[in-house]
Amino acid sequence: MFAFVQEHWSDILSRGIEHAWLAGLPLLIGLLISLPMGWLARRAPWLRVVLVGGSSLLYTIPSLALFVLMPLVVKTSITAPINVIVAMTIYTIALLVRTVADALGAVSEETTQAAIAMGYTPLRRFFGVELPLAVPVISAGLRVAAVSNVAIVSVAALLGIRQLGFYLTDGYQTNYWAEVWTGVVACLVLALIFDVVIQLITTVLTPWQRGRAA
Amino acid sequence: MIGQVWRWLLDGTNWQGGTGITHRLVEHLQYTGESVLIAAVIALPIGAVIGHSGRGKWLIAVANAFRAIPSLGLLFVVAMWFVSRLTGDAAYLVPTIIVLVILAIPPLLAGAYSGVSEVDPAARDAAFGMGMTGPQVLARVELPCALPLIFSGLRSATLQVIATATIAAAISVGGLGRFLIDGLANSDYIQMAGGAILVAALALVVDGVLAALQHLVVPGGLRSTGPSRRKRRTAAAAAQSAHAA
Repeated sequence: MFAFVQEHWSDILSRGIEHAWLAGLPLLIGLLISLPMGWLARRAPWLRVVLVGGSSLLYTIPSLALFVLMPLVVKTSITAPINVIVAMTIYTIALLVRTVADALGAVSEETTQAAIAMGYTPLRRFFGVELPLAVPVISAGLRVAAVSNVAIVSVAALLGIRQLGFYLTDGYQTNYWAEVWTGVVACLVLALIFDVVIQLITTVLTPWQRGRAA
Repeated sequence: MIGQVWRWLLDGTNWQGGTGITHRLVEHLQYTGESVLIAAVIALPIGAVIGHSGRGKWLIAVANAFRAIPSLGLLFVVAMWFVSRLTGDAAYLVPTIIVLVILAIPPLLAGAYSGVSEVDPAARDAAFGMGMTGPQVLARVELPCALPLIFSGLRSATLQVIATATIAAAISVGGLGRFLIDGLANSDYIQMAGGAILVAALALVVDGVLAALQHLVVPGGLRSTGPSRRKRRTAAAAAQSAHAA
């Protein structure tokens, strides 16, 4: 395996970067969409049913099927990377809407009331009090989504979209163990990098938690 | 294009024969049923015992770490190992079932474990106070109370298996994934999209059936989720479990 990695180092790196885009960009877009959706889901019970229920229904669709169906929705060809980006964004939203709604719901009533008493407007209260306090739970959900995104993106190799999953399909077809293992390990390393980055960002965003970190 | 896909789905000739939709659908359900059953027989008792005794929690962490392995990679590794050791159809079928079982175990294990370990301690104490023995408490109090989480584990395991059974078409087994893989090989997008719609519909229907079953089986007293306290606990538990993984 080491010989294979040494020989194909630059190719592995460039595929790794493309894999990181396909998994990471949907994570970012999905988070930005999930925040208002999670906030809305807290407004009324029927909104929660529609938003959380609807997105978990989409999560039910198997990844290969969703990739294949994308051209019908986005009007692209089957090998376009944008299909993967859109599909992964849908999965990210499906995982995060519930998490964001629960995280915002877990902010204690006393804290919210104190913020109101201090004269915080609803918008300032959301960005200044509720969202920061919800960061640890949202970040836990984001880590789950990141690991699952990295794994699911590799499935797109079956459709010939450029990323690390190529080593899995190509290695299997040529019965080349070193290549398949390279693909598996590269995916795991990328998932680990995502996990560490999210944890670092969380630590920076939640200075009050640093003293009692386990 | 959507019209063509629709016509492909409604064409009766596509549903008949050894490579027809009906046969592929039965194969897909067969792989799914067998794998989830085997995985449940292995994972549910182990998860329940770990939740009851509080010992062997590392096993849950190990199983959760397994989830990071891309299922496509796991499938190819197991298939390559078996292909030189078995002959005929079994050379592809056996590794497929093994991979599906491996993928179904972590969610089932986690569901049974967290279901049993998160039972209200007051209910557990009351059962012991009534003179029940350890196994009786597990069977009559903890397991019924754990049913909602056991079911959510069962549902995510089943969805994972249906999704991966689709991908398994890449190693020459049957199931609905054949339409996607063969359609790709023949540049026949209509067939691919038709297959994808069938896979998505299968997943939605199976999940719906399991949800209905859950509604029938779970005792009414466990269904009403109090809005504040319970949710706060689960949110905290989610944060903790992610930290453990």
